Amino acid sequence: MTVKIVNIGMNHESAPVELRECMANDREKTAMALACMRELKWIREGLFLSTCNRVEAIYTTDNPAEAKKSILSMFSRLGNISEERFISNIYIYEDSEALKHIFRVASSLDSMVVGEPQILGQIKEAFHQAAGIEKTTGVILNRLMHRAFHVAKRVKTETGISEAAVSISYAAVELAKKIFYGLEGRKVLLIGAGEMAELAARHLMGHGIDSLIVANRSFNKAVQIADLFKGKAVFFEEIETYLLEVDIVITSTSSTHFVIPYDLVRNSLRKRRNHPLFFIDIAVPRDVEPRVNDLENVYLYDIDDLKEVVKENTVQRKEEALKAERIVQEEIIRFEKWLKTLDVVPTIKALKDKIESIRKNEIGKSLPALGELTPSQINGIESLTASLADKIMNDPIVVLKGKAGGKSRDTYLDIIRKLFNLDKNNHRGA
Amino acid sequence: MAEILYKIALFLVLLSTVGFILYIIKQEKKFFRWSYIILFVGFIFHTLFLAHQYYRLGTAPVISLKSTLSFFSWCIIGVYLVFQMRFGLMVLGSFVAPLAAVLMIISIAIPGMESTVRPMLKSAWLTVHVGTIFIGDAMFVITFAAAIMYLIQERHIKKKTRGSFYSRLPSLETLDSINHHSLMYGFPFLTLGMISGAIYAQYALGSYWRWDPKEVWSLITWLAYAVLLHERLAVGWRGRRAALMSIVCFCILIFTFLGGSLWLSDYHSFDNLGVRIG
Repeated sequence: MTVKIVNIGMNHESAPVELRECMANDREKTAMALACMRELKWIREGLFLSTCNRVEAIYTTDNPAEAKKSILSMFSRLGNISEERFISNIYIYEDSEALKHIFRVASSLDSMVVGEPQILGQIKEAFHQAAGIEKTTGVILNRLMHRAFHVAKRVKTETGISEAAVSISYAAVELAKKIFYGLEGRKVLLIGAGEMAELAARHLMGHGIDSLIVANRSFNKAVQIADLFKGKAVFFEEIETYLLEVDIVITSTSSTHFVIPYDLVRNSLRKRRNHPLFFIDIAVPRDVEPRVNDLENVYLYDIDDLKEVVKENTVQRKEEALKAERIVQEEIIRFEKWLKTLDVVPTIKALKDKIESIRKNEIGKSLPALGELTPSQINGIESLTASLADKIMNDPIVVLKGKAGGKSRDTYLDIIRKLFNLDKNNHRGA
Repeated sequence: MAEILYKIALFLVLLSTVGFILYIIKQEKKFFRWSYIILFVGFIFHTLFLAHQYYRLGTAPVISLKSTLSFFSWCIIGVYLVFQMRFGLMVLGSFVAPLAAVLMIISIAIPGMESTVRPMLKSAWLTVHVGTIFIGDAMFVITFAAAIMYLIQERHIKKKTRGSFYSRLPSLETLDSINHHSLMYGFPFLTLGMISGAIYAQYALGSYWRWDPKEVWSLITWLAYAVLLHERLAVGWRGRRAALMSIVCFCILIFTFLGGSLWLSDYHSFDNLGVRIG
């Protein structure tokens, strides 16, 4: 029985935003979660990540079933919701599946907009909080997270994935520049929140736009984002009013129906005196009714259109994604290899302990029978038995270390443990 | 002497046209810079030529189709240069310079040379009348060019095709603003031209308005532009609708100019203006 790496979480695909919101991404809740994980009996090392698009608990445990129970109840307490409400939106990954998930998250392959760069920073922050402040991580998670950062870096430099995400907001800016005379003094309305929408907003702000209005179903969230950009938060119901004074609208809500229907835009045009209006719809499913694009002086680009724009530059997006997945696989294999060397170590230690205890035992039994011995004679016996024991153990240890990465490793470990009867005397060498 | 001035001007305008076309294809700024300078020098030669003609004829050189076209292209280039200085819209030259060049070529190709001029035409009012009208018309050429550019660019953005013009054309709002401003400046000139024409007619022919077909069509043109201006200023038209309307207006304008000058008109017709009758 060895240590398992487990990852329990929910993301933008598995859970609706209302659920993810419950676990809101502030440091205090993360600190609470980490403190809780430290107290839990079956959690050895723990890490807690929460962004607007995901909540992830990553931990190592000897008893996955019990650990899972306690983590789920922790989720329930954190979000103040019953387990039944979110249990179907949860995914649980173990070992290599967990590694894969963590690596994919870190390299932004699991993001709503693949390749967006913020997630890495968020993970680093989460790791810093866990390892540096709350001290809930240990050998395995420390190494795992460092590998995850490494994977993210490789994916970023070796593939074009991250470029594509940046270039989506870049494309949005370029389009805006082809519609408006200049971006200085323009107003942006951000409806809903998401990594990509924030990224696009940030890009636009970088090009001279200084006025941002944020509307969100959760007003709290709107205020948070507005503060981030020194903007202004408004109620969701006020969208119609603010549609009259903005130039660019970025939508990214998780709504299943159109947030911006055709009639709403058509009715606003006259009051706007036909000033151009540029919709950037990043939401899936879409927030802006597609017919809006037929209106005069209104331009609508959804995420696919923007991707199409980007595609002109990065034709081999699919190949890039494949390349990224390959890098992830490669790193999983490397990490597992390391994990496995970690697994032979306890066995070797147990073996050494057992033989040493036999040696000590036998010397203790034999010395009185040998009568009076000089200290140098006693020393001689000690070193003789010690080197005998070492010589006997040497070959098995070499073999074990050699098999550390091989397929037959588990078999060898099993045989050695049975032959030397290691599991009865020592439960686990840890 | 005068012929050489005109030929130099034509050569320079053609050269800058080539430069402007290269500019829109290659999108290298140096092509624009050189074309702009060459066009400017060509404009100076053209001005000298027109000044010489004015001196020789004793009136504005606008009494035959040949000289009128030359004068018109001079106005277009002049107005473009002013707009370029004001708006710095480099790509506009790629649309305007070829048009001016074509007009100049037609002008040099068709026969007709004023030798004698009827006394009636030797009036400062003719210069004012034709000058203001053509400056207005040249503004409307810019309006028209901006409208065409707007429609091309709008199509690219709406259809999400982003063809070859997409990166070369400026933003929709810029084009709309050019369209708007050239209309705003052009309309008073057209109005002035018509008023001065009426006064000129009063002096020369004894009545302000004679229901000459060209007069009627000019009025229609004026009304069309007035409607466009009204819609823009009062109703808030902009973009596609304004662009389409300014193209329609320009078609009426061209019809008035060519139709009125060549076959419809009575005393506005070049046949009756210059050489043959005179």
